[in-house]
Amino acid sequence: MGEDSESPKINHSFLRDYVTEADVISTVEFNQTGDLLATGDKGGRVVIFHRETESKIESEELGESGEYNVYSTFQSHEPDFDYLKSLEIEEKINKIRWLPQQNAAHFLLSTNDKTIKLWKVSERDKRPEGYNLKDEEGRIKDISTVTSLQVPVLKPTDLMVEVRPRRIFANGHTYHVNSISVNSDGETYLSADDLRINMWHLDITDRSFNIVDIKPANMEDLTEVITAAEFHPQHCHLFVYSSSKGTLRLCDMRESALCDKHSKIFEEPEDPGNRSFFSEIISSVSDVKFSHSGRYLLTRDYLTVKVWDLNMEKGPVETYQVHEYLRGKLCSLYENDCIFDKFECVWNSTDSVIMTGAYNSFFRMFDRETGRGVTLEAWRESSKPRAVLRTRRVYTGGRRRRGDVGVDSLDFSKKILHMAWHPAENIIAIAATNNLYIFQDRVNAENQ
Amino acid sequence: MFSKGTKRKFSDGDEEISAESLVGARVASSYSLQRQSLLDMSLIKLQLCHMLVEPNLCRSVLIANTVRQIQEEMTHDGSWHMVTEAFCNPGQSPSERLVATEVLCRSREQDAEPKLFSVISYEGCREEEVVADETLCSVSVSDTVSDVCLAGRMGQCWEKSELSGVERDEEALEDSSLGSGEDEEIDTEDEASTKSPKTTGQVFGTFEIKNGSPGPDSALEELFSDVDTSYYDLDTMLTGMQSAPKMGPYDLLDSLAPSHSSPTIVSTPKCRSDLNELDHIMEIIVGS
Repeated sequence: MGEDSESPKINHSFLRDYVTEADVISTVEFNQTGDLLATGDKGGRVVIFHRETESKIESEELGESGEYNVYSTFQSHEPDFDYLKSLEIEEKINKIRWLPQQNAAHFLLSTNDKTIKLWKVSERDKRPEGYNLKDEEGRIKDISTVTSLQVPVLKPTDLMVEVRPRRIFANGHTYHVNSISVNSDGETYLSADDLRINMWHLDITDRSFNIVDIKPANMEDLTEVITAAEFHPQHCHLFVYSSSKGTLRLCDMRESALCDKHSKIFEEPEDPGNRSFFSEIISSVSDVKFSHSGRYLLTRDYLTVKVWDLNMEKGPVETYQVHEYLRGKLCSLYENDCIFDKFECVWNSTDSVIMTGAYNSFFRMFDRETGRGVTLEAWRESSKPRAVLRTRRVYTGGRRRRGDVGVDSLDFSKKILHMAWHPAENIIAIAATNNLYIFQDRVNAENQ
Repeated sequence: MFSKGTKRKFSDGDEEISAESLVGARVASSYSLQRQSLLDMSLIKLQLCHMLVEPNLCRSVLIANTVRQIQEEMTHDGSWHMVTEAFCNPGQSPSERLVATEVLCRSREQDAEPKLFSVISYEGCREEEVVADETLCSVSVSDTVSDVCLAGRMGQCWEKSELSGVERDEEALEDSSLGSGEDEEIDTEDEASTKSPKTTGQVFGTFEIKNGSPGPDSALEELFSDVDTSYYDLDTMLTGMQSAPKMGPYDLLDSLAPSHSSPTIVSTPKCRSDLNELDHIMEIIVGS
């Protein structure tokens, strides 16, 4: 644990490209200060990147902030086997969430399909020397050779990052865990699987409270599952969960112990004009995020991202088309299972811009003030370090410009599902299969 | 990939319609062909996902809802009746029905020829023959109304993760006696072409068996009694559960751990795994 892995191709550049040893990245998350960035992959490993803080003057001159370098790599989850059911349990890390920092150490929660673990990440750059009873190599000294007493002193050593598992929250879920969310109270967190949501105390691993259970008494009646859940950023009694039918339910834990009854339900009435056999599938919400302000919700379904006002349940306040050109291809996308891809969505630090991923290594950003969207690409070969990302376009008719990509040339295997936005600055981390891209807004960097 | 006959790929919807048809009729036929194709596709997906270990529940639920939707629409149309009639012909031989072998896995080496089945329950088609693989529950014909069917079976399959291995074994024995077996070593020979009121089997059968759902088999029957799944090869679906149908190693694998496959398969419609996954599985079994 805690060993630094090699940092391939580190050069002082704007655009970074980290190849995580042949494994597909399955989650990306900044911590609350943005100095640490964690990625989880399908192999059950977590890689933590740390932002180097160069001297302020130097970085302002260069117009860039510190770069992210590998800080620590550890194996979070191992492949497991449920002997009772003869089922393999994947070690893929579904989600990572950082805890707010309370002391010198950092804590993060990582989860696979079944088990959530709390990890402590700490630095050690000093070690005590000058023990009385042990020699330098740690062997016990012969007491008769000790003639005087000395006080051990702390001497600096090379920086060592240690990662240790502190809690293992196991056996809480029958179904696959899709979300974890740390509560603003700093003591509890929730974990959601397809049918249930549990609330845990960070210090207690042998029990959890079930706060939502949508499992029908008769499983024959199952038509809806939970797809994502999150605590409100400020109100520790509120949380939201999304469903495969496209509904969002806001629950207040003060109302009752079991929050099966929602306080509010957010649902957009179906557009009869666009109805098809795929309507339900594409309405399934793949991700839900509270805004930093706590006033809005951001949701992602297959073709759109939507912003909802917590005060208005009857529909979203804003809807952005991510890739409407796919609407005519839903049947093929159903056939190749792409229609079930779960894209994430994120807010920027000021809640003025939202971002989500798409296919062909494209990702989209929408400016809420202007309503305009832009398409960018996370693909090594089309961008060099320090290059400004140029916007891309998918050709859907009209005048074709150079560089436009036709809908039929889109590579559906290159999907941008996971991403994160720095909590304070315009730095984004995009996971593209097994590559991690970190982009930074150059203009704003000078103003920071 | 799908059948010849009336079922067509989505893109080939129009070819069968005669030139003399009215445009409206053509569009309607095309739509119904597409719908049928979608139904086929969904059923294959469901069957595949139920063969795999710990399938993605969200995906399964969404596909099941789609199938339900199509069924309901077809019921209202009355076109379900037409579809089932097409397969009521006792003279139609299995070879005329296409087997989606590319999509599903290759058959087990034990089985020389693929066996087919169909389950139909709408009015007009009670006595549909059923040919069941020795390892699968045979398909039944039921008089029950379609609406309940899918729902009934879904329950059984979602239950899987809830139930203990003990129950599973009991259920397996139970099912074997009824003519279905969870794995290949439970080779109870089913009377093929039976008309006994058994459960649908392959899609949820393996699922059910693995998890020993205590529900009555009739629930399964109800679910799939209205669905025509005549195009699907039972063997291939079962073997899909076993990951890659390799010869030697899988014989051993079958006898040790009949029902799991590499998790990486979950996301692909093809049930092949490579040697690495096989090694991985072997390691787990051997406990290394």
